[in-house]
Amino acid sequence: MTAGDHQPAGPTAGSDGPGAPRKLPRRGLLFGGAAAGLGALAAAGAHLAGAGAQDAGKSAPAQPAESVHGGGVVPFYGARQAGITTAAQAHGVFVALDLLPGTTRAKVRALLRLLSDDAANLSAGKPALADTEGELAQVPARLTVTFGFGPGLVAAVDPARAPGWLKPLPVFSIDRLQPGFSDGDLLLQICADDPLTVAHAQRMLLKDSRSFATVRWVQTGFRRSYGSEKPGTTMRNLFGQVDGTSNPVPDSTDSERVVWGGGDIPAWTDNGTSVVIRRITMNLDKWDEVDRVGREESVGRRLSNGAPLTGAQEHDEPDFTAVSKLGFPVISDVSHLRRARPEDSSQRIFRRAYNYDAAPGAGGVSDSGLIFVSYQADVDKQFTPIQRRLDEMDMLNQWTTPIGSAVFAIPPGCREGGFVGESLFA
Amino acid sequence: MSKKLMYPALSVLAAAALALTGCAPSASTPSPSASTAVATPTSASAALSVSQPWVKAAPSGMTGGFGVIKNTSGADITVTGASTPAARMVELHETVAGSTGAMQMKEKDGGFVIPAGGELTLEPGANHLMLMGLAEPITAGTEVAFTLVLADGGTFEFSAVAKDFSGANENYVEEGGAGMSHGQPSGTTGSATSSAPTPTSK
Repeated sequence: MTAGDHQPAGPTAGSDGPGAPRKLPRRGLLFGGAAAGLGALAAAGAHLAGAGAQDAGKSAPAQPAESVHGGGVVPFYGARQAGITTAAQAHGVFVALDLLPGTTRAKVRALLRLLSDDAANLSAGKPALADTEGELAQVPARLTVTFGFGPGLVAAVDPARAPGWLKPLPVFSIDRLQPGFSDGDLLLQICADDPLTVAHAQRMLLKDSRSFATVRWVQTGFRRSYGSEKPGTTMRNLFGQVDGTSNPVPDSTDSERVVWGGGDIPAWTDNGTSVVIRRITMNLDKWDEVDRVGREESVGRRLSNGAPLTGAQEHDEPDFTAVSKLGFPVISDVSHLRRARPEDSSQRIFRRAYNYDAAPGAGGVSDSGLIFVSYQADVDKQFTPIQRRLDEMDMLNQWTTPIGSAVFAIPPGCREGGFVGESLFA
Repeated sequence: MSKKLMYPALSVLAAAALALTGCAPSASTPSPSASTAVATPTSASAALSVSQPWVKAAPSGMTGGFGVIKNTSGADITVTGASTPAARMVELHETVAGSTGAMQMKEKDGGFVIPAGGELTLEPGANHLMLMGLAEPITAGTEVAFTLVLADGGTFEFSAVAKDFSGANENYVEEGGAGMSHGQPSGTTGSATSSAPTPTSK
């Protein structure tokens, strides 16, 4: 349930007594002055945290892990853009640009060429062209750069190609949208397992954008660090909830249909999709007032592992007909799980969210929430019906408020020598 | 040409002004070209290839061209000149320590030698192609065609994309001109190392 569930897969302390000095290999010692110091601090922290942390203290590896994983590469080139069904990296930044007034089709093309070239180089762990901090590119850490087109960009290139859903979402009563977190002409979704890699890619891409566009908004988000948990573990949000359990499994037939379209719901273009990005503040101070039972009831899932209140394991199917001894539904009719679950199986989305934790405003102690990111072939048919139901009723709405909202069309990927979005110019 | 050119630390404006007044627009205009290199057969150029070619975007005056040129042959290849429709003139420049110790840009005597089986790196602050008298603004994303002239009379063509780049402030003045204060010994003031303002960028 807590940290004890996630034993690091490294060597354990073995027969060494808790206080016995450990024999580190010489190499470890050479590296490890600072690391050992940090480890000692962490151990002290675990003690201070109290009895519940004992297991965590024991499971600490005997020596700092030596595995280095910053060399991971996700190919940039391909029929589909990377960063969508790619297992979510630990860090993500979402940047929306506004094209300068009067930006021509030719200028958009030049911009997309430059940015695609940067993304291809950086994803491969190579400096971008004219990269003044090329050393920072040498750790790709599974970097992906995913481009999304807003209505303004498509209008500048070929208005006839704009999918019908490429517009702001309908107005929802729960929304308190701020222009500073909404809309935009061009989305850059930059994700990697290393925040320095993300920052460098962001800087490089924005240097190459500034002749063409201005930054409209930036949202920086995070999940657990790479290696903190088993890959594929459903993320947790800052309410402590397991968030995203009902996601289709990446690269399953399910996700294929949900993200890339099929049957009654085709994508706007082959190997294209759409993304909805909504900034949702989570009122942690108000959430603090809710006890564990109330928290679980609001979602309909257990905080421990995300299992539905009618099940034991995270991926157990919820039983909406189950009732308590008193005759009430075990999963409330107004819980988030119940309200989000569609009757119509085509209303499904693929979530790829990140947490955010910004500096608090005057007098506050937190400004936290979720960068909700949802991929689906058709916004109107898949996303909007779900959001409508949640807008009408969802217990979670007491603690969450959407303050930003943007819709982008995701074009296909490109081949080496090409650029993302080139089919729009055909 | 024996003209010696130096980095202006402080007088970018002055240099830009010189550049503006000194350059008649060229009749030719840059033409879109394939981004792959084109080698002229029957010359050493067949052994050349270019990677990472780029040029600094500039509104007018001068700018620099960069890239890595590889020589796959067993003999040195000498580049004696260069041209582009985007500029009235292109010079082959190197960076050397001048008599005062300050780094100076000057035309490379005898051209660039690309060693057998080796490569020539053209980069900001080092060897580069110096474009003088831009025919029109070179804006970010534009493809600029270059032709290198080789000692054997052959040519090597490639295309370089223009990048928005704040460094490579390749504005030059002739030594002693325009009241330059660049030649003072280094270390006496902080001004020589402070980054010069770049009012001419973008």
